Amino acid sequence: MKISRRTFLKISGATAAGTVVGGLGFDLSPAEVYAQELRIKGAKATTTICCYCSVGCGIIVHTDAQGKVINAEGDPDHPINEGALCPKGGSSFQIAVNPNRLQKVRYRAPYSTAWKDVTWEWTLNKIAANIKKSRDESFLPMNADGKVVNRTKGIASVGSAALDNEECWLYQKFLRSLGLVFIEHQARI
Amino acid sequence: MTNHFIDFRNADVILNMGGNVAENHPVSFKWIQAAKDKGGILIHVDPRFTRTSAKADIYVRLRSGTDIAFLGGMIKYILDNNLYDEFYVKNYTNASFIVTPRYGFDDGLFSGYNPSLRAYDAATWTLEKDENGLPKRDMTLQDPRCVFQLLKKHYSRYTLQKVTEITGTPGSDLEKVYHAYATTGAPGKAGTVLYAMGWTQHTVGVQNIRAMSIIQSLLGNMGVAGGGVNALRGESNVQGSTDQGLLFHILPGYLPSTRAQWPTLESYNKTTPTSKDPRSINWWKNRPKYVASLLKSFFGENAKKENGFGYDWLPKLDPDQDASWLNLFDEMYKGTFTGFFAWGMNPACSGAHAGKVREALGKLDWMVNVNVFDSETGSFWKGPGMDPKKIKTEVFQLPCAASMEKEGSISNSGRWMQWRYKAANPPGVAKPDGDIMYELFKKVQALYKKDKGAFPEPILNLKWDYETSGHFDIHKVAKEINGYFVEDIPEHPVDQKAYKKGTLVPNFVYLLDDGRTSCGNWLYSASYTEAGNMAARRKKSDPTGLGLYPEWSWVWPLNRRIIYNRASVDLDGNPRNPNRPLLKWDAAGKKWTGDVPDNAVPPMGATGAYPFIMKPDGVASLFGPGLKDGPFPEHYEPLECPIEKNIMSNQRINPVVKIFEGGPDKYLTCDPRYPFVCTTYRVTEHWQTGVLTRWLPWLIEAEPQMFCEMSLELAKLREIKNGDTVMVASPRGKVEAVAIVTSRFKPFNIAGQTVHQVGIPWHFGWLHPKDGGESANLLTPTIGDPNTMIPESKAFMVNVSKLTKQPAKKPTKS
Repeated sequence: MKISRRTFLKISGATAAGTVVGGLGFDLSPAEVYAQELRIKGAKATTTICCYCSVGCGIIVHTDAQGKVINAEGDPDHPINEGALCPKGGSSFQIAVNPNRLQKVRYRAPYSTAWKDVTWEWTLNKIAANIKKSRDESFLPMNADGKVVNRTKGIASVGSAALDNEECWLYQKFLRSLGLVFIEHQARI
Repeated sequence: MTNHFIDFRNADVILNMGGNVAENHPVSFKWIQAAKDKGGILIHVDPRFTRTSAKADIYVRLRSGTDIAFLGGMIKYILDNNLYDEFYVKNYTNASFIVTPRYGFDDGLFSGYNPSLRAYDAATWTLEKDENGLPKRDMTLQDPRCVFQLLKKHYSRYTLQKVTEITGTPGSDLEKVYHAYATTGAPGKAGTVLYAMGWTQHTVGVQNIRAMSIIQSLLGNMGVAGGGVNALRGESNVQGSTDQGLLFHILPGYLPSTRAQWPTLESYNKTTPTSKDPRSINWWKNRPKYVASLLKSFFGENAKKENGFGYDWLPKLDPDQDASWLNLFDEMYKGTFTGFFAWGMNPACSGAHAGKVREALGKLDWMVNVNVFDSETGSFWKGPGMDPKKIKTEVFQLPCAASMEKEGSISNSGRWMQWRYKAANPPGVAKPDGDIMYELFKKVQALYKKDKGAFPEPILNLKWDYETSGHFDIHKVAKEINGYFVEDIPEHPVDQKAYKKGTLVPNFVYLLDDGRTSCGNWLYSASYTEAGNMAARRKKSDPTGLGLYPEWSWVWPLNRRIIYNRASVDLDGNPRNPNRPLLKWDAAGKKWTGDVPDNAVPPMGATGAYPFIMKPDGVASLFGPGLKDGPFPEHYEPLECPIEKNIMSNQRINPVVKIFEGGPDKYLTCDPRYPFVCTTYRVTEHWQTGVLTRWLPWLIEAEPQMFCEMSLELAKLREIKNGDTVMVASPRGKVEAVAIVTSRFKPFNIAGQTVHQVGIPWHFGWLHPKDGGESANLLTPTIGDPNTMIPESKAFMVNVSKLTKQPAKKPTKS
């Protein structure tokens, strides 16, 4: 995870010099570089890959001493994007820092008009019981031709290309052990 | 992708068709610019003038849904003018293979069609074999039944005049594109094609891509730097999620799903592809090793030779069952399911015919919705037209970590598997998806342990031990996927070396079919070895100078950066393009230099191994008998289209598509009430249904609401002004949009008839922002490609009318 901050500053400094000197008659670039650096001074840099399209751009996420995300920018060392990001990748800071994020487990009871906040423990137990009930009621050991199929008719799943590889693998293992065959996701659409 | 993003810079000609690379994969455009800076040519073919068109050297427009006609014309042009790469076509494709005399094609139908089943019997599409089981060939390409001659015959019908009538592209524009692209048939030139959902979301989606694959094979552009067929995938890990088998028809690593007609592992293994040709490597012959190793990764010690490694415990599809997306929601609509997971997905906006999807969600007993933000799916029960008091569905909404709040890998379109680190904790009680599924399964397993229930074996015997110090550990899953030896191997058959139990396998070549190895996904074997986590590598060496960066991250398979790369060399192993040598045989050292060779056998010579190792015959398929809708791509109209008759034949639509009838599924073609062609697309500032962009202030400010782009001519016809609110309607739904009147769209002249086309983005939904508009998928039909069942969202018919609204009243002063 070696991040060449220097390389990045060199690039941004050069760009700033090229654009700023002409207009004002004096060079603002040292100030700009200083301002840029100040924003993330002392911050911890972590590399990640953009979550949007499939180009796979490198992003550096900066967090402060409290572990809060304070900045996200293109990874200058990444060979694909070389520090550049599109508007979406450049906004990914706002995924981490966003009051609209789901922060609680929510439950909507049948025929209810509102969400209710619930605990993980209660929720996972209830989902597990639902899975068991649906599975046990719909399990099909043999099809109409008398062939062994051992599948669960009553549960389906979609998702997800937004998961990591390891999670995708784990998820299909989970679903197939339950006997699901209706397993689909974004790749189909 | 066969190639990768940086490789765009190695192309002489880049064709972007069925996509809009500048706006939807913006950063990759730097590598297109790099190609252009060296004199490369960018061609953009699209119904709408976009930012890609603005940067293109050649831009031409075509009507949505007519790509095969366009490309069929290009095949004819290449053949008529002898612009194909003769060496490549003869040696590396099936051009010389002889097709059975039973094969035929007449008036839009291939031989073997059964109208009552709406299906073909592909037995009449086979390639002839001699008495030793070797393909019959005519290397002069003159035999009237050889693939080359049949190809020529098939596309002789795609004259410039006919293609123009179908596509609406003027003949001179067609010739401009055909000429420019066909220059890449010279061995020293490379052409690449970049496509996206503009090719896949059609009832002829697979054949669109087949048509281009034929062109790439004719021009010798497969397996070379700057070439290939390159899907610009829409999601950061849709490559990986497909590789990991999150689809009904494939297990991890593209192993076919288990079906009722293969009741035992032995019977499943009997379907392993075979070849009697010693020159065909036929890599899929190794499939039994991958299946046995996969089963070991599922059931661990409980997978034994005696029980077929737990093969019985995997669910089986019926022989011809298609459990894909459209069928899934059709079944849900009919009430087949009581439970449903929408994990990191928003089908209420992303699914074709979203109105049907939303109704279907109300027929469930329970739904689990996992996401970073709320969505139209999680909150469907309070959406427009819904009365929560009448909806029984119990909904669990689980908050998950965003990508920078957890650790794991994703695979980009170029197959680069890149590791992401955790930068921060997720907000509130949100957890990484992996933790949620891990804990949930443990609950299910405990219930079955306690109370038993239906067929508990797969659940009780599942290997579920991915913890370190009491916490879920993603690295353990990564290692499970790579694979390891499950017992000591004193002398491995591959290298006669000893391997210890628990040692990670170096790569999939070491996998065995006898239960002594475990591997969750053979394609990803070599990604996490005793040498470390390969996806996390960040070394920027580039020994070939082609931008392969072999020590940056890791690429499947085996870190091979360009697939089928032995097709880039001649019979002696010398690069056919000396200026961009991807691979070279070092005769003295008896090894290849450059990319990781596909595969490490000596040069082909007169008797050696063919380069296309995943194809049973070892060569690229100009004639492709493996698809449901024919061995050659043929033009058919979309399900809903503006012309009554297909100009190519009497088959208006693809004759083998599945028609969903009744209930909410309505179609109207050539109906005066829905006179305009409509297509959907994305804008730079949003992504998919907008769940991950509509809640971001910077992005929603840039693109705040639903719009409909239309030509100046159509606006005049319908008395619509730029900025007016319009209603876009299809037989399935209505969506309000702001009119963008623009010269980016122009009417088409289709066989003398004026045809208008409009376009709408599919990023919006009722939940947020409040005045942002609704999903474009309320309009799209339930119809899919017969091979993949990908919905036809890129060509359907709508009406557009001006909505006259009362201007808002000014507040009265008191």
